[in-house]
Amino acid sequence: MNNDTMVCAEEVRKSFGRLEVLRGISLEVRPSEVLCLLGPSGSGKSTFLRCINHLETIDGGRLYVDGELVGYRQSGDKLYELRDSEVARKRAEIGMVFQRFNLFPHMTALENVAEAPVRVGGQHRNEARTAARELLGMVGLADKENVYPAQLSGGQQQRVAIARALAMKPKLMLFDEPTSALDPELVGEVLDVMRRLAQEGMTMIVVTHEVGFAREVADTAVFMDRGVVVESGTPAELFAAPRHERTRAFLSKVL
Amino acid sequence: MTPVPTGRPAEIEAVPVRHPGRWVAGAVVLLLVTIAVHSVATNPRFGWGTFGDFFFDRRILHGVVVTIELTVISMVIGIILGVLLAVMRLSPNPLVAASSWTYVWLFRGTPVLVQILFWSFISALYPRISFGVPFGGPELLHGNANAVITPFVAAILALGLNEGAYMAEIVRAGIISVDEGQTEAAHALGMTRLQTMRRIVLPQAMRVIIPPTGNETISMLKTTSLVSVIAYSELLYSAQLIYSVNYRQIPLLLVASAWYLIMTTVLSIGQYYIERRYSRGASRNLPDTPLQRLRRTVFSFRHASVPGASGEGR
Repeated sequence: MNNDTMVCAEEVRKSFGRLEVLRGISLEVRPSEVLCLLGPSGSGKSTFLRCINHLETIDGGRLYVDGELVGYRQSGDKLYELRDSEVARKRAEIGMVFQRFNLFPHMTALENVAEAPVRVGGQHRNEARTAARELLGMVGLADKENVYPAQLSGGQQQRVAIARALAMKPKLMLFDEPTSALDPELVGEVLDVMRRLAQEGMTMIVVTHEVGFAREVADTAVFMDRGVVVESGTPAELFAAPRHERTRAFLSKVL
Repeated sequence: MTPVPTGRPAEIEAVPVRHPGRWVAGAVVLLLVTIAVHSVATNPRFGWGTFGDFFFDRRILHGVVVTIELTVISMVIGIILGVLLAVMRLSPNPLVAASSWTYVWLFRGTPVLVQILFWSFISALYPRISFGVPFGGPELLHGNANAVITPFVAAILALGLNEGAYMAEIVRAGIISVDEGQTEAAHALGMTRLQTMRRIVLPQAMRVIIPPTGNETISMLKTTSLVSVIAYSELLYSAQLIYSVNYRQIPLLLVASAWYLIMTTVLSIGQYYIERRYSRGASRNLPDTPLQRLRRTVFSFRHASVPGASGEGR
């Protein structure tokens, strides 16, 4: 394993009961790299993403974030499971954005963003709120800080969710189909925020169907199907000259 | 159809549909109510005079206060116990989950009246009660069971522990009703299981938990009357004590019933407004309060009497 990788997966395997969802995924993400995961539904891309912050446990292989094993500690050749609190501490360093936003409906936009820095980061309440205000401004929602999620549009909710994830100053951001639940005209505003984040040098793994976004922003595009990486490369290579028949078939449908 | 020259169709002025059936049904109901009221008012055996004499009797009022006390304390115990049991039931530790299940099974599976009797006879089971190190270790506190478990303590224990079993199921249903994505989002932010439960899941579960808890409180208020079997002077037993002397059972039972009705009515009104408050955020348009509805009905009646206006109260 190279020390200069943010995420390193070696032969990662995962099954749900008898269904093998991940059948040996190996890939690397360098710091400041934007990696887009593409593929048909059921190909295991979302599951792989959720393994990275240990929302799902893996059954085989090794998964490292910033040089450390995800969910385990290795001592000699033995693996020890991490405690709940240790897992939580590591998750705090990884931001995640969900397809269905998952904002906390009983909190205002500002409270959503400031919650984790106070409870998890141990920040002072006022300090966290100031920082949260700044983040809401960054995603273009400075005027919505006292609004509850139910009163926001899908695109606005997803932008609050991005601000909420950024509030913990993560070293890695995971996006799980962030625009799939949005009305078409709201997709752009969310992608704009993500594009800006990529330009600022954030390391990002994005599961998406937005080929246009992948082509423009991604450093690496990875095509997955039935639990394996079929091929990967720069977006230019992958989209212009796919080497595999399955990639070609998929791209011909989404392009 | 002739188009109106202004280009805008005319206001609708239709003759409303007549509902003769409603008038007949209304008349029948009115007649039956009149018969019932007349009977209740003129039957001397109801003893309305005695009812009036004892309605504000010192002993009855004391019983009312005791009933409220029992209800409040038992519900507080029940709610705290219920949250604890519900969280235990959802614990990944199978022993903890099973002990919660067993508790609910035992206390929900036996009649509360039997439980009240059991607690009042506890001294037959454990004549001495002590706190200390078990299996022959030193004792820190001890006392005679008959002195520690007074009828009041027995009543509180029986009602509170029984209520805990029901509240556990209510709280559990509330917790389960919260979307799993909420837990995932909280975990992804680095919150621990406990933080997630306290800050994210439980506040959202409240909307599901509050209405049945209101029902439980109203139910508890009436269930306290069972405590009369262990001779503790709540409302019903106070009434019984009086009629055991003067033999005016019916009027005194009516006094007790009237007080129960007054108290449950107050609780129902409170429940209505609490539920309304917690439905905020869930629905954007709150339903009218009864007062607002009454005002609107009166208003629409006045409107309907104006010739030409059409509109029938819903």
